[in-house]
Amino acid sequence: MNPALQGLITIIIGVGGCVGYFYGANLFLDKVLLKPTGPNAGRNINRANMIRPWVFLMPALLALGLYLAYPVFATLRLSFLERLPGNEYAFVGLENYTKMFAEPKFIEAMRNNVLWLVVVPAAATAFGLLAAQLTDRLKWGNIAKSIVFMPMAISFVGAAVIFKLVYEARPEDVAQIGILNHLYLTFGGDGPVQWLQVPFWNNFFLMAVLIWIQTGFAMVILSAALRGIPEETIEAAVIDGANPFQIFFRIKVPQIMSTIVVVWTTITIATLKVFDIVFAMTNGQWETQVLANYMYDKLFRANDWGMGSASAMIIMLMVTPILVWNVYNARKEMQ
Amino acid sequence: MDGLAGRKPAVVWALNISVVALVALWLFPTLGLLVSSFRTGDQITASGWWSSFMPAEQTIQLRVADPDDARIDLGNGRFMVEGNIFEGEAFEGELRSWGTSSRDLGAFQPGDVNDLGDGETLTVQADGAYVWEGNDEQISGRAQRVFLDVTTPPDFTLNNYSFVLFDENNSEGMAKAFLNTLTVVIPATIIPILIAAFAAYALAWMDFPGRALLIAIIVGLLVVPLQLALIPLLSLHNAIGIGKGYLGTWLAHTGFGLPLAIYLLRNYMVGLPRDIIENAKVDGATDFQIFTKIILPLSFPALASFAIFQFLWTWNDLLVALVFLIDASGETTVMTKQIVELLGTRGGDWEILATSAFVSIAVPLGVFFAMQKYLVRGLLAGSVK
Repeated sequence: MNPALQGLITIIIGVGGCVGYFYGANLFLDKVLLKPTGPNAGRNINRANMIRPWVFLMPALLALGLYLAYPVFATLRLSFLERLPGNEYAFVGLENYTKMFAEPKFIEAMRNNVLWLVVVPAAATAFGLLAAQLTDRLKWGNIAKSIVFMPMAISFVGAAVIFKLVYEARPEDVAQIGILNHLYLTFGGDGPVQWLQVPFWNNFFLMAVLIWIQTGFAMVILSAALRGIPEETIEAAVIDGANPFQIFFRIKVPQIMSTIVVVWTTITIATLKVFDIVFAMTNGQWETQVLANYMYDKLFRANDWGMGSASAMIIMLMVTPILVWNVYNARKEMQ
Repeated sequence: MDGLAGRKPAVVWALNISVVALVALWLFPTLGLLVSSFRTGDQITASGWWSSFMPAEQTIQLRVADPDDARIDLGNGRFMVEGNIFEGEAFEGELRSWGTSSRDLGAFQPGDVNDLGDGETLTVQADGAYVWEGNDEQISGRAQRVFLDVTTPPDFTLNNYSFVLFDENNSEGMAKAFLNTLTVVIPATIIPILIAAFAAYALAWMDFPGRALLIAIIVGLLVVPLQLALIPLLSLHNAIGIGKGYLGTWLAHTGFGLPLAIYLLRNYMVGLPRDIIENAKVDGATDFQIFTKIILPLSFPALASFAIFQFLWTWNDLLVALVFLIDASGETTVMTKQIVELLGTRGGDWEILATSAFVSIAVPLGVFFAMQKYLVRGLLAGSVK
């Protein structure tokens, strides 16, 4: 069957099924199971109102449970197992983890991930704050914002192609077509450099791609936060003779600190999961491996589910502090 | 505001210049790819994309007309061939200099007479008109070769796009991948919205035990990396017979998109005025009616925000497609995967790479610029609390 047709049918079945479920279950509750008439009308209405939230929640809970909650435990279990031929598993305890920590490629991935986690959120937040502050009072500020925000819509793979062209190196005797090498040679570089093949520093050229994408996000949110700062605090500082830098760092930044933290953690999570950029640009060669790509390697190239799951658990472990912090904040807010 | 009301012009200038620099930094990488997608492969390798707006200088090699067909007898044993050197060439530009020896390409100016020895002469005018004259032996056999040093005006082509999108012989074309991506994206965007809207309403406006706990769990699930889900779910899909395919991909995208959808929609719905909902209840409306007649229409901005997020995310996704969709046959490949393949096999063919990448980038960019308002609103609702 034509996939487009199949897609159309699925949309109709899926959407129709959802609507049918919600409508039907609701009707069933009111008209058949617990009728709001007769001798038990009052009791029935109360009971129906107790059940109804769960009717509304059911599909979402099923999907969340199956696609997000269950895999956490299944992956945890798999990380303690070794897959044997014939679809059997043997319990190996922590062996997957110890093997993994003994692998240089894993240590390299850990080191790079830490590097990414330090550099990308910091740089994207800083650039975002800078862009938000600079564009806020410009006449063409909104256009500038749109352009900085635009990479948000571009896929990691698309961005990888874009930056591969930026980093492209040609032999010395022909014209450079990558703008970075062109500038490098114009400003007195020795010769064209394969930027993605210079160990250690190539990590930063990969990070630039994610920073380029995430800065717009940081800018949009921080710009809204900056606008929310009460005018009086700034006026008071001006009257006291503060210069623009003091106003920015001493008055504005402290007031939007909580937003900065939110932006920072959101970008941190995105950074932890980074996969496409490394996969498309270097595939972990030249010492650019990161955890997500290491995991993909283990799972689908080496077919080692045990070690793959173990490395996925490491990613989960690194996310956990942020998870706890988010839940804590959400609960505090609701009270 | 800011105490900068009486700002010096110098400060204003500095501000403008630094924003211009920032914008340039953010725009140039994409612009480079866009410009490259309109150039031929030869143009791309000959010069950087930034010089494509200037006239390009290049040396081309052409021949005059075949003397055995075209020569004219002038009498006295003299013959000549006349014509235009650019005949049959799609050439627009300017002839700067020319020559006949590969060791001295630009020896002559347009209009100069090149003495080839023994009375044989060749003249090429600026417009390409030439006269080649000599005796019977000279004006015969192979046609005279001419090197032309020309500048061509900026030249852009749409051929790359027609090759990548419409050429049926191009096995690496994007047309099929484009349709496949669309097939993944549309159901994967619509279904979670519907499911999430009901759940968000229950979490926002219905009272039941365990509500606070559920909200906390959803906030927690927001950050669970989908990497964890790959193997368990793939095994599950295989076990229940879905295997790799569209259905599994739609389900996976639905599951992964739900926490954000519920979170965004609940935050929005909680903010709706309580009076409306209570009045409706007093008038005897059921929860189902309140939801479909009041909440859904009022929540349109939040629904639109999430729809854009989910659309961008599923359109741009690579990992979920790699794991849950693309099987060994490669029939169901999506654009992101196709581009990664091209990066491997066509690493140097920038005209193909750039065009393919732009085909996949164009749609989200269009959505982005058309719906930016909703995107920003959604981001703010999701993050600033």
